[in-house]
Amino acid sequence: MTSHFLPEPSPDASLPDEKGRFGEFGGRFVPETLIAALDQLETEYYQSRKDPAFQAELDVLLRDFVGRPSPLYFAKRLTEHCGGAQIWFKREDLNHTGAHKINSTLGQALLTMRMGKKRVIAETGAGQHGVATATACAHFGIPCVIYMGEEDIRRQQPNVQSMKMLGAEICPVTTGSRTLRDAVNQAMRDWMSSVADTHYILGSVVGPHPFPLIVRDYQAVIGRETIQQSQERFGRLPDAVVACVGGGSNAAGMFYPFVAETDVPLVGVEAGGESDQPGRHASSLTFGKPGVLHGSFSYVLQDEDGQTDDVHSASAGLDYPGVGPEHSHWKSTGRVEYRSCRDDEALAAFDLVARNEGILPALETSHAIAKGMEVAKERGKDEVVVICLSGRGDKDAGEIQRLKNEAAARRT
Amino acid sequence: MSAIDELFQRLKSEGKKAFMPFVTAGDPSLDFTAAILKRLDAEGCHLAELGIPYSDPIADGPVIQASYTRSLQGGTRLSGIFEMASEVTSEISMPVVTMVSYAIIYRMGIDEYLQQAIAAGISGAIVPDMPVDESDELAAKCKALDFSLIQLITPTTPRDRAVQIAEQTTGFIYYVSITGITGERTELPADLADNLKWLKSVTDLPICVGFGISKLEHVEVLKPVADGLIVGSAIVRRIAAATNDQSKNQDVMDDVGGFAQEMLSAIND
Repeated sequence: MTSHFLPEPSPDASLPDEKGRFGEFGGRFVPETLIAALDQLETEYYQSRKDPAFQAELDVLLRDFVGRPSPLYFAKRLTEHCGGAQIWFKREDLNHTGAHKINSTLGQALLTMRMGKKRVIAETGAGQHGVATATACAHFGIPCVIYMGEEDIRRQQPNVQSMKMLGAEICPVTTGSRTLRDAVNQAMRDWMSSVADTHYILGSVVGPHPFPLIVRDYQAVIGRETIQQSQERFGRLPDAVVACVGGGSNAAGMFYPFVAETDVPLVGVEAGGESDQPGRHASSLTFGKPGVLHGSFSYVLQDEDGQTDDVHSASAGLDYPGVGPEHSHWKSTGRVEYRSCRDDEALAAFDLVARNEGILPALETSHAIAKGMEVAKERGKDEVVVICLSGRGDKDAGEIQRLKNEAAARRT
Repeated sequence: MSAIDELFQRLKSEGKKAFMPFVTAGDPSLDFTAAILKRLDAEGCHLAELGIPYSDPIADGPVIQASYTRSLQGGTRLSGIFEMASEVTSEISMPVVTMVSYAIIYRMGIDEYLQQAIAAGISGAIVPDMPVDESDELAAKCKALDFSLIQLITPTTPRDRAVQIAEQTTGFIYYVSITGITGERTELPADLADNLKWLKSVTDLPICVGFGISKLEHVEVLKPVADGLIVGSAIVRRIAAATNDQSKNQDVMDDVGGFAQEMLSAIND
């Protein structure tokens, strides 16, 4: 596992610039109180990238604790069902803790200790980042507090239980829509007071610089492995790569190493919720506008006054009114195509993969699969479509049953 | 010279300090906000901070967050706030500045925001989520219009950076007393007075202190080292008792007016 695989990075792959901008997107729109901590984080992060001992420690953890590299798996029956290109899954669901989030939390926990900080806070939506943070903190013995919206606590109970068993303190967030966005607000407010001795392990490629950079880099192991595995299996790169986008961390990690490989189409899939109406979806790139939220300039769902819109998605991890600034840049340059996937399409994809492949994908991931099947159908049988299977769906079993019962009740 | 520069020049010549209350626009209604601004002006307050409610405030504690939520749930819009402000500012003598998220300014457009604010008689802006590194464009436009852009310096700001922020600031420097979010505190940090003394030695701008300030004891500590005190949560907490029926809010008006009077006399006795 090497840190830099790109032979000749394209201008895109060298971003962000020194102001933390991806093109016009990104930057730092946070209170002055946090600036010194962000500067320290940036400095330590760049130093850690050049520190062989730090990288070696992380690589060993990724291999022995997480179980990397994650397999690239041929979804044969799903491919037959779709009748188009071969569908392959990058199996991030097989990582320890069941999702890609652990790739970043271990790196950030190491950074926490490198900075001499004694406490960790994090936000979580689906709970996967909360579990991965609680796991990294238990592994290193760092006290940790997880902010989670009350609505998400309700719909992601199994992950709440796991976090508690791992020794994390859960702080329910009761303000606003009581989902991921409010959990980020509350974590930021904690950090405003605790910044001297606390690191905020942000879960996605959102927030002020350098978070979008750090989280993307730690997740880029997904894309690097996919490139290597594709070369081994097919002797070439895939013909298309698909990943789901809430804040966009698994997609950024998958796409970033492909950015310079301009022959490979990249497709990001946002949560389309119930409809295109404001408040009924969470597709910031598809329906939003550039604006400021949670410390960075990026696409966001807001009203004319700059107030954040309510959003909806069946999946807690995609139920977010903003998106990482690098995704906004990739949208504006056209490097990545973004599609929007409705709740019912994602639920249908979940069923199909469960019954045809013996895999329960996360509800978030099911969005990528639904649109990945669409992409496969658009292509010939000798082509290869890789979908990032970002997480496992055990956590969603109860919520999916509830949604199905609701849908059945509506039909009768 | 802006209205804020004039204010501090006058206070300096009189040997006085500024008392600057914060109120949330539209909490619980814009009618109440108009009435309380007039009352605070009548009590002799020197400047008012008008909080523009925002759905996702990061720097605010529970009291101000809740006031933003009440205001937005009551249907407060920017257009209504400017309408109310333009009516009130023509009737009062204290300058009014907005405390406003950059999310809101950006959505409206910097030029449009400044034009509407100035037309409404507003003298400046505090943008708590826009650090100096991101403020070049806004600062240049504010300067050209003689509209004060009040920037914040905090206990976590390194000293060389504090000097840089002071250079980019107009009107006054907002010194944040604590490392944290807004809200009343029992005690202020021990090194606060020393930090303010140092800051005074490197800038000619007035320095006003906010976050956590709510008690007469705080006034005693800060009086010798600050040019003004900003009080938010202690006022917004009192306003939380107000109702949409303005005829029933006399007790709340008197409570807030009385508190302002107490602070004013402690500052300038």
